Amino acid sequence: MSALQPSEVDRPALARGRSAAADADRKSVSAALRRAEFGDRLRSLLLAAPLLVLLALSFGIPIVLLLSRAVYDPTIADALPRTAAALSGWNGQGLPADDAFTALASDLKDDQVKGTAYELAKSLNARLPGARSQVLKTVRKLGDDSGQPPLEIMKSVPFWSAPSTWPAIQNGTRSFTSFYLLSALDLRWNTDGGIERVPPEQAIFVQVFLRTFLVAAAVTLATLILGFPLAYLIANLPKGPAAVLIVAVLLPFWTSILVRTAAWTVLLQKFGLVNDLLLWVGVASDRLDLMYSRMGLIIAMTHIQLPFTLLPIYSVMRTIQPSQMKAAYSLGARPFTAFRRIYLPQVFPGVMAGCLLTFILCLGYYITPALIGGASDQLISNFIANYVNVELNWEMAAALSFILLVFTLALFGIFARILGLDRLKLV
Amino acid sequence: MLLSPYPTTGDRIRVTLLWIWCGLVILFLLVPILIPVPLSFNSGAFFIFPLEGLSTRWYEVVLGTQRWQSAIGNSLIVAFGTTLIATTLGTLTAIALSDEKFPGRRIVMPLLLSPLIVPVVITAVGSYLFYARVGLASSYAGIILAHTALASPFVVVTVGASLTGFDRNLMRAAAISGAKPVTAFFRVMLPLILPGVLSGAAFAFVTSFDEVVVVQFLASASQRTMPLEMFIGLREKLSPAITAAATLMMALSIVLLVVANLLARRGLKQPGAA
Repeated sequence: MSALQPSEVDRPALARGRSAAADADRKSVSAALRRAEFGDRLRSLLLAAPLLVLLALSFGIPIVLLLSRAVYDPTIADALPRTAAALSGWNGQGLPADDAFTALASDLKDDQVKGTAYELAKSLNARLPGARSQVLKTVRKLGDDSGQPPLEIMKSVPFWSAPSTWPAIQNGTRSFTSFYLLSALDLRWNTDGGIERVPPEQAIFVQVFLRTFLVAAAVTLATLILGFPLAYLIANLPKGPAAVLIVAVLLPFWTSILVRTAAWTVLLQKFGLVNDLLLWVGVASDRLDLMYSRMGLIIAMTHIQLPFTLLPIYSVMRTIQPSQMKAAYSLGARPFTAFRRIYLPQVFPGVMAGCLLTFILCLGYYITPALIGGASDQLISNFIANYVNVELNWEMAAALSFILLVFTLALFGIFARILGLDRLKLV
Repeated sequence: MLLSPYPTTGDRIRVTLLWIWCGLVILFLLVPILIPVPLSFNSGAFFIFPLEGLSTRWYEVVLGTQRWQSAIGNSLIVAFGTTLIATTLGTLTAIALSDEKFPGRRIVMPLLLSPLIVPVVITAVGSYLFYARVGLASSYAGIILAHTALASPFVVVTVGASLTGFDRNLMRAAAISGAKPVTAFFRVMLPLILPGVLSGAAFAFVTSFDEVVVVQFLASASQRTMPLEMFIGLREKLSPAITAAATLMMALSIVLLVVANLLARRGLKQPGAA
């Protein structure tokens, strides 16, 4: 390396003596090392770059775009520019001045020509139930060449003089909105500028979120009750039998959720195996409707999630020395005391990891509720899909996604914080 | 050790109860996934035991009708595409991350794993929204891209695990012997981490092959995959053909994941590992 060789310009340094030369050498060596290290870092960044860019495009941008739909909706502002200007000075009390009515009439006429009237009607309808038909009716009237002045036409439709209409329009002309996020929690702005609960007959989502948490909690508890003893047994068996039982846990784990859900739809039929079994045992006196029921949904989800809860518990139990329990017994502890004071505290991180993982995954269930749950067993993901597929209301779907994601990430943050990401074993 | 050398009656009862409970749990785990197998060979059209007789007629439906054939073809196209991209890019990323000097490793790793945590409906709906704008909706490319996001974390993790057993001095030795980095990668590193890479590829394949939610939003009618065809079938009318499709899919996932796990284990204790 040329930097290490004394050159013409280095002569003064040489004259100053050996130590100075050595000092300079050290400096240039460390500079060269830094350069090499920088090159290494750059190379590893370049190696990781293709996947990171691809993930940003295929996963990051879509999710950010979706979430932005929850708070940014320019449909009404774009469709009603003049109305927005006319309403800018309105205080929200009573009805606005006549020029707002005239502005709205000319905006609606323009929208009819541009073909955006239907979009507007749909968007306004989300904020103001029943607005769709009124907007379309008014647009039709304005289009008729009746010679009637636009202001008169507007006043002739009672909808435009109703007390809730204009505040909703004014709200809609602000493109950034908290309307959908509040709606997703069954909340809304009241006329005084405060936040209030929507009337009970319009409230749906809090109940759906509660249902999702309830199902997730029930499934988590069921997997723990079923999985903990089995994990304990496997962890304390000799290698051979333990391997056989682990395979029994892994086989369903490796089968896709859809295939297992399909299997459960067969089992839960009225003349299916589960009902046969219940009759034979004598638990039920008649065949139960397990398909499209909460019970059937929880049974199927428990089956799917059981390995997720069991495996982290098992991997912790495997590390516990049997000699510790023996020591507790020899010191006079009864089996239950030894279990509670020596064993449980040590397996607790595994139990937490398994339960949190199952709970988090349950919050996002979609396939199983869609196929096995009834109308009143649909979870939050099913509502998101429904808003996209059936209602074509992207803003509401985005707002529900936003809140579901906040819950999921918060729980995952707790998981990563107390247990570390390493626990998230994939195999 | 379930029983001490001198068990009391209480100990024996406890262990017996434990075995009974665990036996029931094992039945609960295994019976549901095994049930579709005999039903798929049923000659009748109902899901009731005892079987009317044995036949392969439902497999003939799945493997012989145009609707299912095109679904199987679509599944293979998407799964192979995903496996190719996810394995290549995931392996490169795992190599980069295995270097302790990688800047921002603690931030990148959770980001890479996030597709596994985000509820899949959100991923699906978001992809649908964005891909429609850039002209990728209803295209194989769009489905493969979205599946790559879901599958690549598995590759990064499995290859990363096999790299913990890889001695970096081997790469230095190769460089000193005059090998260019690319040559050193193909001749020294790749052969040693190959079990990990293949294992990651198998995980990626299964992830894509089993995926149904993203496909439901992104695929057009002519791009329906096998799981989507099953999902639609389950919604419409329960036909025994679905048990045959389920059995085929289950067999494929289990075989691939058994291979993946054996490879991953081999990758961790290969000769030449540090």
